[in-house]
Amino acid sequence: MIPVLELHDLCVTLRQHRRAIELVKGVSFSVHAGECLGVLGESGSGKSMSIKAAMGLLNKSFLVSGSARFQGEELLGKSAEELRRLRGGKVGIVLQNPMTCFDPLYRIGQQISETFLAHNSWSADEIRNRSLALLEKMQIRNPEEVLEKYPHQLSGGMLQRIMIGIATSMEPALLVADEPTTAIDAITQFEILDELIRIKRDANTAMIFISHDLDAISRVADRIVVLNQGQVVDQGDFDHILHHASDPYTKLLVEKRADVMRRYCQVLQGKERNYA
Amino acid sequence: MKRYVIRRLLLAIPLLLAISFVCFVFINIIPSNPAEVALRVQQMPVITEEAIAEMEVMLGLNKPFIVRYFDWVLGCLHGDFGINYVNPARTVAGELARCLPATLQLAAVSFVIVLVLSVPIGFLCAVYKDGWFDKIMRAIIFISTAMPAYWVGLLLMWGISVKLDLLPTNGSGTWQHLILPSFTVALSYISTYIRLIRNNMLENMNQDYVLYANVRGLPQKSIMVKHILKNSMHTCIVAMGMSIPQMIAGTIVVENVFSWPGLGTLCISSIFNRDLPVIQTYVLLIGVLFVVFNLVFDVLQTVSDPRLRKED
Ligand SMILES: Nc1ncnc2c1ncn2[C@@H]1O[C@H](COP(=O)(O)OP(=O)(O)O)[C@@H](O)[C@H]1O
Ligand SMILES: [Mg+2]
Repeated sequence: MIPVLELHDLCVTLRQHRRAIELVKGVSFSVHAGECLGVLGESGSGKSMSIKAAMGLLNKSFLVSGSARFQGEELLGKSAEELRRLRGGKVGIVLQNPMTCFDPLYRIGQQISETFLAHNSWSADEIRNRSLALLEKMQIRNPEEVLEKYPHQLSGGMLQRIMIGIATSMEPALLVADEPTTAIDAITQFEILDELIRIKRDANTAMIFISHDLDAISRVADRIVVLNQGQVVDQGDFDHILHHASDPYTKLLVEKRADVMRRYCQVLQGKERNYA
Repeated sequence: MKRYVIRRLLLAIPLLLAISFVCFVFINIIPSNPAEVALRVQQMPVITEEAIAEMEVMLGLNKPFIVRYFDWVLGCLHGDFGINYVNPARTVAGELARCLPATLQLAAVSFVIVLVLSVPIGFLCAVYKDGWFDKIMRAIIFISTAMPAYWVGLLLMWGISVKLDLLPTNGSGTWQHLILPSFTVALSYISTYIRLIRNNMLENMNQDYVLYANVRGLPQKSIMVKHILKNSMHTCIVAMGMSIPQMIAGTIVVENVFSWPGLGTLCISSIFNRDLPVIQTYVLLIGVLFVVFNLVFDVLQTVSDPRLRKED
């Protein structure tokens, strides 16, 4: 079976003031239909950069080499128009900062419908029905009202859900969630993760879940690759990462988390003792 | 909103009073007697002490400085801006009304030129950043910001009117007369706004909403025009609006270069003739224009920005 997305030795170099900075140094991983791949790494490790490079979201000052295949087709070298049709259609992407990702001057309904129109030639009625269906599927109350709202009138969690709704509305073969839970509060994080788990279960979508949060990744990902300074340093299932990691950087990540957990427990226990 | 507008208008009153008072003081510092100048301009053959004294009484110049100022302010409240010193048969209001249309015409045409040229050029410079178009435009902007308006005006007059004989050098009446002066007024604003729009657009291009628009697979044209240009123009609204009174005030020099019969020409000749009420009222008028345009465009921006607008 061919993977939905397969990166092979992907490199991204930034040319700036006659200097070349290597941001991604030969990243390889693949994700199959119905599978969720977790990409773990601290901020600045090149997680977003790898996806942006594959999807043609980088401008001309970045040099991309290697290979990125989507359903067997090479993406690097595809025309801008072909990549545009892919994004938002076959490939849905969810970004990190829902509050700043929508254009502040347009209503949510307008931004949903322009996305639909960029990929389909639906009538106004059909667009409206599908917009409402999208919001309902994401369990948003009063969808009619929400369509008329401006982004600043909605909460981060709500906007994140709308983003996921838009990303999944065109039945993508691949869903990329780039730190979808980083910018929102803990309770909403929980709900968003549930949403993603449900999507993975219901539709046979390949999913890439990017995060620096081991806990969040452990909830949704079937398999994890660890990125550090633009390189894949480890990969395997959650158990492997947690207990049998060979790479020192991965061990560090896991230990740090264990450390935090231990301290958290200590604090809790201390509190309980105080109350007693 | 209504209360905001009223408060802004009330706040404008002391501001206008202060402006007019400072202006009054400065004009009165000029060391020559307006009555004497008026007599000379009226071509009185022999100017005697008695004639000057008589003129002073007639123009009210014999009263103390402060009294004259408050007389004038009270007159203004009744819509009486005083009489022309040089030609007492004419009122100041009449003089300004006579010259205002020509200046408004010049400023309006200049504003249209500014919009029509700077928005598309700024847009293209941002879209093709560091391309040949952007580089050429940046060079032109650099040169034109360094050239004062009156010098550009003279240059254009010499090149286009004298050497090539394409357009009239000065005066007014036909649309051909409008081209050189309005272009001269517009020139410095064009370069300012090209730069403003270009930089605003470049700044907007790095925003998350542009990345997300690309992520959703919107066509480039729509992202550039519907999203980036609209957001950039949005932050320019007030600056653009304020350039209208600036242009009306700024036509002074250009009007004199091209002998355009507007407020600027009137103001300069009034300064030479020590025609105090005209200068006073001109300054007051420009002050009012600034206050009003500032308010109108503030309100416009508030209304057009969903984040500032209160939705019921
Ligand atoms: N527009 C940019 N210009 C220059 N460097 C960038 C740019 N975007 C990201 N980088 C650099 O690329 C590296 C990887 O960034 P990124 O992929 O965004 O990290 P993350 O893993 O947090 O998603 C970082 O070192 C970052 O500083
Ligand atoms: Mg990132």
